[in-house]
Amino acid sequence: MTAHALHGELESTALYDLPGPRTRRRHLVYGIASTAVILGLLAWILYLLFDTGQFTATKWSPFLYKGIQELVLRGLGNTLKAFAYASVLSVLLGAVLAAGRLSVHRPLRWAATLFVEFFRAMPVLVMIFFIFVALKAQPLPALVAGLTLYNGSVLAEVFRTGINSVERGQREAAYALGMRKTQVMTFVLAPQAVRAMLPTIISQLVVALKDTSLGYLITYEEFLHAGKLIASNLDYDLPFIPVVMIISPIYIGMCMLLSWFATWVARRERRSPKTAAVEVAPAEPETVLPGR
Amino acid sequence: MYVLTENFALYGKGFWGTVQLTVYASLLALVLGFVMASFRVAPIGSLRVFGTVWVNVLRNTPLTLLFFAVLLGLPRFGLVLPFQVFAVLALGCYTSAFICEVLRSGINTVPKGQGEAARSLGMSFGQTLGTVVLPQAFRSVIPPIGSTLIALAKNSAIAGAFSVNELLGTYKTLSELGYNIVWTFVWIAVGYLIITLSISALFHVLEKRYGVAR
Repeated sequence: MTAHALHGELESTALYDLPGPRTRRRHLVYGIASTAVILGLLAWILYLLFDTGQFTATKWSPFLYKGIQELVLRGLGNTLKAFAYASVLSVLLGAVLAAGRLSVHRPLRWAATLFVEFFRAMPVLVMIFFIFVALKAQPLPALVAGLTLYNGSVLAEVFRTGINSVERGQREAAYALGMRKTQVMTFVLAPQAVRAMLPTIISQLVVALKDTSLGYLITYEEFLHAGKLIASNLDYDLPFIPVVMIISPIYIGMCMLLSWFATWVARRERRSPKTAAVEVAPAEPETVLPGR
Repeated sequence: MYVLTENFALYGKGFWGTVQLTVYASLLALVLGFVMASFRVAPIGSLRVFGTVWVNVLRNTPLTLLFFAVLLGLPRFGLVLPFQVFAVLALGCYTSAFICEVLRSGINTVPKGQGEAARSLGMSFGQTLGTVVLPQAFRSVIPPIGSTLIALAKNSAIAGAFSVNELLGTYKTLSELGYNIVWTFVWIAVGYLIITLSISALFHVLEKRYGVAR
């Protein structure tokens, strides 16, 4: 590693100076030692996998059958279906709740605030179980409703933060032009707020995508459920580890792709001249403490 | 309505299970997150890569998948531990990735000049870190750590879906006993609200005491 690369990487921290030749040599030794330790750890995991016979042909043979491939793909399709419903509905619910929280009518504002704070403080799984067990809904509606209530409430806060982060002059100028409050919101504030908050909104959708896996716990036939079915098959010598090794890269990969898309959008929006009057949020889910 | 008073012991046990799980997993997440954050700002390339991979993989892993893999997978390697330990491991490792990012961005908010000034006064690395950089970073990470730990408390409900020694898990026993399911859930919800709102209150106090108005 060159000094320049190291410097570039660490430029933003207050922890180190640019290393001199002796420090660099020392770091090289540490680097080799830690690489050896990490590689050793990986080798040990690989050894464990081989030692417990995870790579035998019997354990991997189920994936050759068309029926099982279709089962996995159907599970993936059901996961994506739940994600699609949940994301569209939570964006809509978020917009409605944000409008409520920003309303000039006090009762409406209080009702929206109570709703948002309650569902943000409640574990999404408790909501899903409540809808599934107590209201006796089917698995898919229960999962989608639970995800929508939670993510909609979080997105409401995101939208509200976005609207409030638009420079004050924008609102004042719009009112000075004689626009009504709905016009100010729809033509001036909301477009800029959405641009500013798009990275956060997409990051929240990553949370929704990850949480579709909760459907497994209420017997919704999604991706993990398909994996569980294959893994508990005695004919193939209980291929649990192979199933995990196939399912997790796909699931994690989908989430990473969406996270990466959020980062890309953040970089793009920051360059755009249309976000001059607003600060573009970083590509992370909202982390505001409840109650403010 | 009588669900709570007649089953106070059961609810209490579930509540206590959730509190324990939250506390232990929080401690693991804070320690592991600190270690990973120090890897990510270390001047050694391989440690940085390890930290980055850890964070990016765990942040994009569905927690149910992690529970599924840990609870049912680790026993295949001959590692048989009580359920509680597995739950703490899964929750702690998952949350450590978020804690790591919070700490790292906290360290990055400390201006570079602070460290340079400390070193030009002759302070060692340990002194710079302990008396200049970390105290300033600590002030700016209080709210995000609070919301990460609240997320952890809420995520502990997933453990409750796998076992009964946890607040959400109590609904199975109670519905078998024939109690009104809606009220059962109302009291479960109240239990979770108590936990999340107390963490929130704790961090509001911490922020008032140590945080800085930026």
